Amino acid sequence: MTKSDLNTFRAGPDEQGRFGIFGGRFVAETLMPLILELEQAYEAAKEDPAFEAELENLQTHYTGRPSPLYFAERLTEHFGGSKIYFKRDELNHTGSHKINNCLGQILLAMRMGKTRIIAETGAGQHGVAVATVAARFGLPCVVYMGATDIERQKPNVFRMKLLGAEIVPVTSGTGTLKDAMNEALRDWVAHVEDTFYIIGTVAGPHPYPAMVRDFQSVIGIETREQMMAAEGRLPDTLVACIGGGSNAMGLFHPFLDDKDIEIIGVEAGGKGVETGEHAASLTGGEPGVLHGNRTYLLQDEDGQIIDAHSISAGLDYPGIGPEHSWLHETGRVSYVSATDSEALAAFQLCTRLEGIIPALEPSHALSHVGKIAPTHGPDHLIVMNMCGRGDKDVFAVAAHLGTDIEG
Amino acid sequence: MGSRIEERFSETKAAGRAALVTFVTAGDPNMEDSLALIKALPEAGADLIEIGMPFTDPMADGPAIQASSLRALEAGQNMIKTLAMVKNFREGDSHTPIILMGYYNPIYIYGSQRFLDDAKAVGVDGLIIVDLPPEEDQELCVPALAMEMNFIRLATPTTNEARLEKVLTNTSGFVYYVSITGITGTAKPDPDAVSRRVALIKAKTDLPIAVGFGVKTPEQAKAIADSGADGVVVGSALISVMQGHMKRDGKAASTMVPAVTDLVRSLAGAIVN
Repeated sequence: MTKSDLNTFRAGPDEQGRFGIFGGRFVAETLMPLILELEQAYEAAKEDPAFEAELENLQTHYTGRPSPLYFAERLTEHFGGSKIYFKRDELNHTGSHKINNCLGQILLAMRMGKTRIIAETGAGQHGVAVATVAARFGLPCVVYMGATDIERQKPNVFRMKLLGAEIVPVTSGTGTLKDAMNEALRDWVAHVEDTFYIIGTVAGPHPYPAMVRDFQSVIGIETREQMMAAEGRLPDTLVACIGGGSNAMGLFHPFLDDKDIEIIGVEAGGKGVETGEHAASLTGGEPGVLHGNRTYLLQDEDGQIIDAHSISAGLDYPGIGPEHSWLHETGRVSYVSATDSEALAAFQLCTRLEGIIPALEPSHALSHVGKIAPTHGPDHLIVMNMCGRGDKDVFAVAAHLGTDIEG
Repeated sequence: MGSRIEERFSETKAAGRAALVTFVTAGDPNMEDSLALIKALPEAGADLIEIGMPFTDPMADGPAIQASSLRALEAGQNMIKTLAMVKNFREGDSHTPIILMGYYNPIYIYGSQRFLDDAKAVGVDGLIIVDLPPEEDQELCVPALAMEMNFIRLATPTTNEARLEKVLTNTSGFVYYVSITGITGTAKPDPDAVSRRVALIKAKTDLPIAVGFGVKTPEQAKAIADSGADGVVVGSALISVMQGHMKRDGKAASTMVPAVTDLVRSLAGAIVN
């Protein structure tokens, strides 16, 4: 399938929860009735103006939406080409785009009468957002987090504890995000009656990829309006980083049918895709089935999942949302990668030139912006999703730069 | 002519007892020791053998089977070796049904049709693929049935009556009733609840029903057999025994096979009575 074959890129998923061959519902039978129930509840909520109104009210007064669209003047000067705008989702309450999805899902959990929340987290941004909404709505919350990630994301672990969440260290497998997701799924199977699983990205069994995308699409919807107000036209290029791909899908989806707009997803290249130590599922992986969906995965020739590597714990996942896999195969979105050291350089550059400390995740996107901006003129408009702030990363960055900030 | 699985359940039914279904992971702790163990199971009383195809991310399994999968993978187990083990077993035993159990991805990567062809050729009788619910039947279930390979489906405590029909539609060989809402080898099944569910499923199908996921002791096995189940599945408990008989170099101690077969014997003995 090529992009010329399609009238729209925004119609998916189909009734089987598929985007082309990707997506689906590859889960154990115990979860299947629950997933069908969730799908029904979500479809009903979408049609309910009261649900929409409550979500919008929380977005405005709790999250602080709309997030600004900011003209990054000094980076624009520095790169000497395209005009660069940041969609400032790092200014949201809790410091990233993750809250957009968590508010939507917890409202759904309440509608479904669920009384217990579980989640997985890698960098801890999603975990913090889940713990936050659980505190706000008074529901007990258990967050599964790889033991390795707990060690490298201590500030977020403490934040979650302050918010009242129980953090369960996951030592099974290799103790990272994929294992945390396995463990959350195991918890869910054992507590199907009362528990709602808030998945943090556009992956997992249908309806999660579509549902999380819908909750994150507020990013792209606002960007359209704000760009029209700022420049009187739509942008030429969109850039966002991709781990599972929720911030990127949120920005991209409302623009998918504007076929003149170039859309670029930036995966984590780790130490370089050629080294094998990376998290670039599309660039360096193959289609497979994990965590309820068919999508591109990092895996060996026997179908065993390979650990991802990235300087950013939030991108450190061996899969990607199924809709991204489909957009990759149809060619509508281009997927590239940026390495750890490129992200680190962009992190420092943005901090010094814009006074914005970005998270390491969008630093990957910014690194790519730095590659393409000089190739265009000032009439070319780029929007990059600044999906998280870097406070959580300062310890890790200090370690990479060889600075001892605790001493 | 029925499949080996159907024949075996007819035999145990005629003998007035439930079948003992044992689960071990292929290649745990290594291919050689694993094959020796599997070959020893029928004589100890295993009526059907489930062989786990190891996967890095066994989402429906508890700690014992997770660890077992990782041990097998570390020792170099893969799909080709698992099929070779079945072939080797079949050369000495043409009666005991072999069921491969696991997750879809290693099969998908091997190639679904190639997998079915090769599995059939080495004498695999049935498949249990945990993450292929009826909604994904076109992936492997329908092609498997077309080749007369049994596709055994899981029914669970969350499978309601309307859904049960959907679950039973493409199921063959037997129905695997998951006795708990949870992962393998964790919670203890409640025989009364199991008995009610087994009766419910029996009202809708003539297929034998095997019950598993939390059965560990001969007493529990007997209680499940008495609940009306046609088969009792034991896995994690066998693997836990194996774990106590492994040496530091990853090889099985000479005591491993006898220790596991002792448990199998006592399980088999319990459900005969």
